[in-house]
Amino acid sequence: MSQSYNRGLIEDFGRWREFSAGMWAWIFHKFTGWMLIGYLFTHIAVLSSFLAGPEAYTDTIQGLEGLLLIRMLEVGLLAVAVFHILNGIRLLLVDLGIGLDSQDKSFYASLILTGIITVASVPTFLDGFGGVLG
Amino acid sequence: MAERYSSFAPGGTAWVLQRVTAAVLVVLLAFHFFLLHFVNHAADVTAADTMARMENVGYFLTMVLFLVAGAFHGLNGVYNALVNQGLSGSRKRVVFWLLTVAGVALVAQGTYVALAMAGWI
Repeated sequence: MSQSYNRGLIEDFGRWREFSAGMWAWIFHKFTGWMLIGYLFTHIAVLSSFLAGPEAYTDTIQGLEGLLLIRMLEVGLLAVAVFHILNGIRLLLVDLGIGLDSQDKSFYASLILTGIITVASVPTFLDGFGGVLG
Repeated sequence: MAERYSSFAPGGTAWVLQRVTAAVLVVLLAFHFFLLHFVNHAADVTAADTMARMENVGYFLTMVLFLVAGAFHGLNGVYNALVNQGLSGSRKRVVFWLLTVAGVALVAQGTYVALAMAGWI
């Protein structure tokens, strides 16, 4: 089957009102990717507190976990990671020629599943919170 | 064959590696989140727990693989996103090397920390 897709100038974010499901998937994947690589650098920086000694490491981790802002950011990170994983699987399948014709439906499924997993994880991420609000 | 559009030149080494690391990361990122938020709560993490995990050679190697795959996938993704936005010429070469140096530094720092956690340095 021969079919071509005219994506136009997709790099022009100013055209966002014309975007279809596949375009939003592309933008969300890019946006979540930027957040994840940014987080990776932050994560290694925080873990590097171990080099100042085991006590400094434990104090750093538990100090951060005592902040509600950090707990909320962790839920956000989970949402970002889950979407990137689910949409990434969708992209791998499309690359293999699987599901191209239903790529819009699989994008919506990725969004809904991300929402469900994120909401269901909130109690786990707030578990044992006894810190300060901020 | 449908005409195809991708952020990458299909068939190139970077294109293949981006997909190979993606497949690795799907498994390891899910494992990492599950282990450190659902099996062990992040708020309960102590240096002693971390050291006990990292002393296991299999866990150590898995974490280093996770770091290398994540750094490559993330920075190669950033590079390709910038190329998609029109980055070219000498600026493209400068960004390529900046991201490469950042990636090597990230992996070196992360591996050094992991070795310290394992008690091997």
